[in-house]
Amino acid sequence: MKMSTKKLQWLMFGWFFLFPFLPVPGYWITIGNYIGLYSIVALGLVLLTGIGGLTSFGQAAFVGLGAYTTAYLSTTLGWSPWVGLGAGLVVSGLAAGLIGSITVRLSGHFLPLATIAWGLSLYYLFGTLEFLGKYDGLSGIPPLSLFGLDLSSPRVMYGMIWFCLGGCLWLVLNLLNSRPGRAIRALAKGRTMPEAMGINTAQYKILIFVLAALMASLSGWLYAHLQRSVSATPFGLNMGIEYLFMAVVGGVGHVWGAILGAVVMTGLKSQLQDWLPLLLGSNGNFEIVVFGVMIVLLLLWSRDGLWPWVAAVWAKFHPPEPEVVAPAIAPDGYGDMKRRAKPEPGALILEVNEARKQFGGLVAVKDMTFEIKAGEVVGLIGPNGAGKSTMFNLVTGVLPASSGEIRFGGERIDQLDSRRIVQMGIGRSFQHVHLIPHLSVLENVAMGAHLRGKSSPLSAALRTDRHEEAQLLFLAAEQIRRVGLGDYMHTPAGSLALGQQRILEIARALCTDPTLLLLDEPAAGLRLKEKEALASLIRQLKGEGMSVLLVEHDMDFVMGLTDRLVVMEFGSKIAEGLPVEIQNNEAVLAAYLGGIE
Amino acid sequence: MDFGIFAVLAQDGVTNGAVYALLAMALVLVFSVTRIIFLPQGEFIGFGALTLAALQGGQFPKLIWLLIGIGILTFLVELGSALRQVRYKPLPKRHLMWSGVENLCYPLFVWALAHTFNWQGMPMVVQVLFTLGVTVPLGIMIYRIAFQPMAEASVLVLLIVSVGVHFAMLGMGLFIFGPEGSTTLPFTDWSTEIGAMLVSGQSVVVMVVSASLIGGLYLFFDRTLYGKALRATAVNRKGAQLVGIGTTQAGRMAFGLAAALGTLAGTLIAPLNTVGYDTGFVVALKGFVAAIVGGLASYPLAAAGAILVGLLESYSSFWASAYKEVIVFTLIIPVLAWRSLTSGHGDEE
Repeated sequence: MKMSTKKLQWLMFGWFFLFPFLPVPGYWITIGNYIGLYSIVALGLVLLTGIGGLTSFGQAAFVGLGAYTTAYLSTTLGWSPWVGLGAGLVVSGLAAGLIGSITVRLSGHFLPLATIAWGLSLYYLFGTLEFLGKYDGLSGIPPLSLFGLDLSSPRVMYGMIWFCLGGCLWLVLNLLNSRPGRAIRALAKGRTMPEAMGINTAQYKILIFVLAALMASLSGWLYAHLQRSVSATPFGLNMGIEYLFMAVVGGVGHVWGAILGAVVMTGLKSQLQDWLPLLLGSNGNFEIVVFGVMIVLLLLWSRDGLWPWVAAVWAKFHPPEPEVVAPAIAPDGYGDMKRRAKPEPGALILEVNEARKQFGGLVAVKDMTFEIKAGEVVGLIGPNGAGKSTMFNLVTGVLPASSGEIRFGGERIDQLDSRRIVQMGIGRSFQHVHLIPHLSVLENVAMGAHLRGKSSPLSAALRTDRHEEAQLLFLAAEQIRRVGLGDYMHTPAGSLALGQQRILEIARALCTDPTLLLLDEPAAGLRLKEKEALASLIRQLKGEGMSVLLVEHDMDFVMGLTDRLVVMEFGSKIAEGLPVEIQNNEAVLAAYLGGIE
Repeated sequence: MDFGIFAVLAQDGVTNGAVYALLAMALVLVFSVTRIIFLPQGEFIGFGALTLAALQGGQFPKLIWLLIGIGILTFLVELGSALRQVRYKPLPKRHLMWSGVENLCYPLFVWALAHTFNWQGMPMVVQVLFTLGVTVPLGIMIYRIAFQPMAEASVLVLLIVSVGVHFAMLGMGLFIFGPEGSTTLPFTDWSTEIGAMLVSGQSVVVMVVSASLIGGLYLFFDRTLYGKALRATAVNRKGAQLVGIGTTQAGRMAFGLAAALGTLAGTLIAPLNTVGYDTGFVVALKGFVAAIVGGLASYPLAAAGAILVGLLESYSSFWASAYKEVIVFTLIIPVLAWRSLTSGHGDEE
């Protein structure tokens, strides 16, 4: 469920800002400082884990890089802490970029494993390097000062830390609510869907890993100048794990869960460290048992953490409102957005020539040849296992062809990846819908508009992309109205019926401004009324000049809808022609109903 | 460096590598059957070694208390899940009775055994077997409590659970065994000279035990139908269930084997190194580095990776001993880079 809990969020944040002005003991301020420092790191992990679907146990090492860089520069070299901040960010960013770029192409679990090893190795490095003071670390780090203002007291540092956290929150929230932000959210769905929208998944994965490292590094910088000394211990693997726990406890899918998690874990830890030794009669960090058990229970019962629960209670009193709203009228320049030229009706747009796909000894698609002309609706049908989906994957670039040629608009596409193919004007839907269920219909559809904008993550974070963003949202809203889902604009996509979700996917594909639309078994699992709605949408699109390739095995659905049918069985084309001809074709009847052996 | 030192380092490296190989096997095994990245593996090293040390020192192995406690918890979890389903199906009495025997009676039986016999005087093989009798059920119980209810979750969620279990076991290890480590008696004092090189019997035992276990596992998973069935559960849980493979059984077996391999690794290193409650984690992580060389999928590659890690560690402890750990753990970066370049596209979760 997506809910706006803006008031609650800012109340929570405001409370932490007012907190040091109350007559509270110094110890509480210290706790507040740590909550702030941890929240910054946990915020990065939320972006990485909950939103992007990656994870890291090595954030403590990035905190350490930030802390040690500024410590070394400001003590041994005597440079300003502000230089240390910049240097720390550069060092952490480069390290994260390196690790990110070598793990990004491997399956998801290699990154966390790499971060465990990397976290350990950096920890040992901090502890052995002579110039970093070995395990004693570095001390005598100067306090921060800003325009001659001394920031050495913990109460003043509190303001500094929470100001930095506020800044990070503002930037992250802006980023998530934008074109690059939608690309980041799409990452959690794997690789195929975002790539089919033209999103460079590898680049965005590295981006969020670097962003999380930068936030950790910032936290380390603040830590070094708050504590005025650094040593290796707080940057070990255990701390790295605790950071991840904070994010998970608070709610790893929610930006505000980072603060909540940091509050809960920090409070719990300080209480447990007071009570457990008394209870058990010996000293040691026994709180890790409680943390471990708590995490297991939490993942068992409430995988989403505590924030959704808090937000749900709040929502009872303050009904949520949609967060992302498209402009009501076309924003300036909307009419000038680049649109692809429509091919002449009847012009050849897709040619498949002897395309073949082999998996080891299995020939899934065997020398298929067919073509689609502009404005045609062509059905690719065949019984289960005929190779339709593989053929579909060849045209959409999910798989490269083993041999043969596929041309789109005269250009060869059989070896291009799906990101390149969508740029050329082939839009697609998925047999098993690929949506982000908790995002609204509008936000899901706007993912398709990725290639229609070019705002960078930086401009999104700083909100200089708002004009383009309005255009993209308006474009998405137009496509939603075009397919007839206008009433559901702000409904979470996951709560739509399957038929509506399929139509949503068509709207998303339309956002890519395709000249050819590929629909993968769009009628599978739909009820009669839903099929009728889908068929009338496809007719309407055809009326607007769109070419469509339908992969289906529902004969009734394609009969009345298509101009031409291509029939596959065992990877080969067994027939092609008008629907009426196919209906009476003996080979097709044999394939569907079972022939006489 | 002369040949003598070179040879000693090589022997050291291969010996340690053999232990890492065992751990890497266990990690690949658990991952390929359950998709769980089994970080708590390291705790079994410490638990195993310290239990063996207690037996040899004539003390009561305190790990049995943990076994009894976790056993009760496991039984309660079983009972709870049976009671929750009581509306839909009758109480599985036989299953519960069996679970009672396994989780309540067996730990008490072990407790009684520990008290009845004088374990100090027993042959080492028997002591190791008794240690396995404590740790292996612990592994199975942990699977039942923490992982079985979440068997369908993503690799990422299972990994976080794994870290949670690691934390919990680490803390309990500290409570049970205290912060000090122990060593165990050597397996043998025998040694021989091959050319200029002194070969210690200890190294030979480690290598032989590792090699035969690895060989056995490899044959089991690659050549037997049951082994292949286990691998199928990781690839497609639903599908495996539909063709009649017991995925829960598979998970229990994987965890039992992993606990056994971890314990054996612990008993193999304990005569040479002081093992504390927390030593195992870093050792197991070296096994991880090796397993990653094999892409968490290939047994022979993981074994080769383990030898590489052992040799790297041994030679770097000669040239740059302070940076030993740094070098070993940084190895993961070129390894991943190599895997990234040789593999195709990252697969989907």
